[in-house]
Amino acid sequence: MDTAAWSDAHRDPRHYRRTVTVIATESLSKRFPRVTALDRLSLDIGPGVTGLVGANGAGKSTMIKILLGLSPATEGRATVLGLDVATSGGAIRERVGYMPEHDCLPPDVSATEFVVHMARMSGLPPTAARERTADTLRHVGLYEERYRPIGGYSTGMKQRVKLAQALVHDPQLVLLDEPTNGLDPVGRDEMLGLIRRVYTDFGISVLVTSHLLGELERTCDHVVVIDGGTLLRSSSTSDFTQTTTTLAVEVTDTDAHPDGTRSLREALTAAGLTLHAGMEEGLPGAGHILLIEAKGEETYDVVRDTVAGLGLGLVRMEQRRHHIAEVFRPQPSAETAPPDQGADEAEHALQKGGAGDEH
Amino acid sequence: MSTETETGTGTGAGATRIHNIGYRNYDGPRLGRAYARRSLYSQSLRGAYGLGRSAKSKVLPMILFAVMCLPAAIIVAVAISTNLKALPLDYTRYAIFTQAVIGLYLAAQAPQSVSRDLRFKTVPLYFSRPIERIDYVLAKYGAMASALFVLTAAPLVILYVGSLLAKMDFVDQTKGFGQGLASVALLSLLFGGIGLVMAALTPRRGFGVAAVIAALTISYGAVSTVQAIAWQTDALGAVKWLGLFSPVTLIDGVQTAFLGATSSFPGEAGPSAGVGVIYLLVVLALVLGSYAVLMRRYRKVGL
Repeated sequence: MDTAAWSDAHRDPRHYRRTVTVIATESLSKRFPRVTALDRLSLDIGPGVTGLVGANGAGKSTMIKILLGLSPATEGRATVLGLDVATSGGAIRERVGYMPEHDCLPPDVSATEFVVHMARMSGLPPTAARERTADTLRHVGLYEERYRPIGGYSTGMKQRVKLAQALVHDPQLVLLDEPTNGLDPVGRDEMLGLIRRVYTDFGISVLVTSHLLGELERTCDHVVVIDGGTLLRSSSTSDFTQTTTTLAVEVTDTDAHPDGTRSLREALTAAGLTLHAGMEEGLPGAGHILLIEAKGEETYDVVRDTVAGLGLGLVRMEQRRHHIAEVFRPQPSAETAPPDQGADEAEHALQKGGAGDEH
Repeated sequence: MSTETETGTGTGAGATRIHNIGYRNYDGPRLGRAYARRSLYSQSLRGAYGLGRSAKSKVLPMILFAVMCLPAAIIVAVAISTNLKALPLDYTRYAIFTQAVIGLYLAAQAPQSVSRDLRFKTVPLYFSRPIERIDYVLAKYGAMASALFVLTAAPLVILYVGSLLAKMDFVDQTKGFGQGLASVALLSLLFGGIGLVMAALTPRRGFGVAAVIAALTISYGAVSTVQAIAWQTDALGAVKWLGLFSPVTLIDGVQTAFLGATSSFPGEAGPSAGVGVIYLLVVLALVLGSYAVLMRRYRKVGL
């Protein structure tokens, strides 16, 4: 490689990637003759993995089109990596990767040929395109099969090729539209793990859309919920899931306490702990699991001491993370809920998310 | 390039590196939009001959290319062995003579070039790259026209080289060769545009193939039939105007008027220079019209 060109273009990637704001929108609206896809949406998304959640038709795809500079906003403005989408679409698309929701792969070429071509379409010189393709396909977990025609691939492998073509030019941000669509639970977990690594290992920020809220809580640092084109909520995932921590405790029965669970519940209630009742009905062993609200480290000690005091065997004591959906559900608070019927549909979307997580 | 940049900026907390599988950032040049357009052009041009694609997709274009060149080779062989003073077939006549092969090639390769991208929804991927709609259309149109030019100019080159080997008159041959090249260049632009428009209107490859063949053969069949009837009924003035209605006769008319060709119209009643201008204008209008239709078409399907 030409060393002069290299040093010219050289920059410290970490510094470059630590832009404070990756995506910013300011009362962004998109109106079509009959529907309003986005309604005065203001967002500020930093580096990391960000989930964009909403029901079908909530405006996610419209949002991506605008961010890629392919569709002009009706009003408001948006910047991606500090570039205005209205004027710098080409520059944005050079630095951003995009993985569409639908199939987009020709069946009669191999993954290698296809990804090389896409790398060149992003402006990479031929040699670099080939090198980056080999690297990227390996990183997404495609090995020998990458020389075979894509037509023979499984859905999971196709999704990996789609992800690879979005990453091959080493973008600073990738927009992933429903990347887990059509995958079985194992494939979905693998894809989510891969998405997580895109940020932690590759240093590429991610905006991932999904209508399943549940799967995003494990993957994202930050979740934005939109519905009917308006912002429903935007918070970091740790906010959602750490406000209240729940301990799940299961104990054995003994001769002295034929119903160990019940004895423990009474003892813990006497010790002043808050117990959730009946939260996990329908799950295996539900009747034998106590859910305790953990206020801090001392709760663990209280539980341990109480169990030991009763002489019961402690089968398990584990932290239960709330699903984001649970946090949303009972909160029709004035600042986040949209004024009109949007709330109902949002509820629907969120419940879909919770259910989807149970596989 | 080989310097390993540090991977894993960490998730913030502790910034520990969990997996170091050696992800390398790309710090090399990014050549931008014009380069991407050239890449798409060369990929499409190569694809039109099956290069860089499966062995199966090389078969048809290569066979057609051979079929296209074979008569030229035979003509040259005969001319050299019998010491002819001129080629038995004009340069400008060759494409008219082999129009069925050209039509078949176009019908096979135009859908290959654009219907595939539509059918497998690859188009949105292109538009998520630095190129714009105009780059896509120009690259595809340019590649199709170039592929046709290669197909139609190759036999002319064979004829030209052969004629020089047979020691025919250099000036005559060079002039005829130049006229032939100009003619097939125009033909490539016209046919390429028509073929791509037909193919771009349907994501189904089969329909595309049928539409291109129909557009070329039906229009030519109809026009030449009506021309023959007009000739028989002594409506001589009508013959040259009827030629405006099919691609092949359009090219025939233009080269008769401007490129010294003998018309294949009945009674060689091709257009004069005055009417020829209209022929040329119609050809240019069709070329620009094809471009405009393609631009319009891709406004709809972009992402």
